[in-house]
Amino acid sequence: MLGSAEGRVWKFGDDIDTDQIIPAEYLVTPDMKVLAEHAFEKVRPEFAKEVRPGDMLVAGVNFGCGSSREHAPRALIGAGVSCVIAKSFARIFFRNSINIGLPLIEADIEADEGDTLRIDFSKGSVMNLSMGKMFVFRPYAGFLRSLIENGGLIPYTKARLAEEKRR
Amino acid sequence: MGKTFAEKIFEKRSGEKVVPGQIVEASIDYVMANDVTAPPAFEAFEKLSAGPLRNKIVLIPDHYVPNKDVASASQAKRMRDFAMKWRLPNYFEVGAGGVCHQLMVESGFVAPGRLIVGADSHTCTYGALGAFSTGIGSTEAATVFARGKLWFKVPKTDRFVFSGRLRRHVFGKDLILRIIGDIGVDGALYKSMEVSGSTIESLDLSGRMTIANMAIEAGAKNLYIAPDEKVYSYLENRVRGRYKPVFPDNDAVYDKCYEYDASQIPPLVAEPCLPSNVRPASEIGAAIDQAYLGSCTNGRIEDLRAAARILKGKKIARGVRMIVVPASKAVFEQAMKEGLIKTFMDANAYVSGPTCGACLGGYMGVLAAGEVAISSTNRNFIGRMGHKDSKVYLANPAVVAASAIKGRIVDPSEVV
Repeated sequence: MLGSAEGRVWKFGDDIDTDQIIPAEYLVTPDMKVLAEHAFEKVRPEFAKEVRPGDMLVAGVNFGCGSSREHAPRALIGAGVSCVIAKSFARIFFRNSINIGLPLIEADIEADEGDTLRIDFSKGSVMNLSMGKMFVFRPYAGFLRSLIENGGLIPYTKARLAEEKRR
Repeated sequence: MGKTFAEKIFEKRSGEKVVPGQIVEASIDYVMANDVTAPPAFEAFEKLSAGPLRNKIVLIPDHYVPNKDVASASQAKRMRDFAMKWRLPNYFEVGAGGVCHQLMVESGFVAPGRLIVGADSHTCTYGALGAFSTGIGSTEAATVFARGKLWFKVPKTDRFVFSGRLRRHVFGKDLILRIIGDIGVDGALYKSMEVSGSTIESLDLSGRMTIANMAIEAGAKNLYIAPDEKVYSYLENRVRGRYKPVFPDNDAVYDKCYEYDASQIPPLVAEPCLPSNVRPASEIGAAIDQAYLGSCTNGRIEDLRAAARILKGKKIARGVRMIVVPASKAVFEQAMKEGLIKTFMDANAYVSGPTCGACLGGYMGVLAAGEVAISSTNRNFIGRMGHKDSKVYLANPAVVAASAIKGRIVDPSEVV
């Protein structure tokens, strides 16, 4: 998740729930690619067809509220989404994304549909190349940073299990 | 300085002194997953190359069982195979189980002072019995299968105090809808909620479970209600193992405090498409196509009784269908004993065995374009119960039953 990313903006509003991200009737597989085919199907049917690898979502408050379905960040990863920037995230969606490697940025930035953003994750900056404006965010620190740098919860847990075995 | 319930739980479970905002690793009593969230967890679990902590894992198929199609059948099979392969003692087969949160409580996994996680957002339900419980993702569940621990950010806590007697046809559902209507769907984001007061003390466990169940609809991490004699006597001859209640200190420090006079709260309805769009039922009047009674929110025997009292001797309006889904086998059996199932069938309601199906637009009650439902469930998001142009109104079981009779959303006092 550290390093940088550049991509095109899909703009969303407040309280985007996980039923919008991936409707419940498609929760019959954990496969990211299959889930991606139905991302935002009910609210933005063009998304799955037009999304390109590296695209970014920019949203308002409480992104990812509702169900605990990890299928939501999985569908976004499967669609090639490189980052979600929102004013705030619902907590289970936040944990799921961090744990499985979907980069999230909590920030209030200006961006229009289709703008191009360049993100520097370790410095904490978002450059809106279309507007020529720069925004800053607080980069992850401490436990969350190490969790992200080490590849998420699976490598973290493997390391802890190995340590606990040695003891 | 005193500690909140959440702070005390995380001190106990991490062995560290904690303050809100701190990240700790805490030991978990039980981890639950359902047929939708378990398959991704199994995938993650395989990557850990570890054995499971067999007695901590509870697997409950409920979302798409009995299987709705071949894909869901494959998921349910995967779950069954995992349970058999590892000889997991706590797998609940179709016919022996029900909706996961109801079953977790009925089967004695939930008790005061326990720390329970579940790969389902409504895991927060167990706070009604004084447990700390919260929803997690599938990968997280997999790591708890292997290690029995998980990281948590210690939350700040908001306090909600209700005093006063409930009006007729007002239930736990209306109290939590009142809170969500006031603070919004992210009003308790990342936070712990403590709900107390004389109204809550006089409420039955079922009503308390409805309140805790919908904490996630305000964005909360968990909701806690202090355990009392009602909880202890319910757990007698039911609870697995021993337990030790945990209470917040009298001088605990809360982030925000809210006080309510419960006697001023009428039967409420959350209009589409957020649980925070709350108005009195008497002001709605919208025509309905479907009335749904069931779910982890309101599918208990107390909910069925409340609806049956209103439906007794009456018929559901022409052009409307009512679907009744008891939340567990035990609830279904009790409803049969009490004659409630007959009351529903006499009114022309459809009654099925337990499943989550319709609540999340999966099957067994999906809405067509333009259709409207009144539902005792927990979410009314866009397309939640079916087509994107269908609508869901959330309410208590009495409002659901009264609206089914009238064919439009009404306050139950209009019917009885």
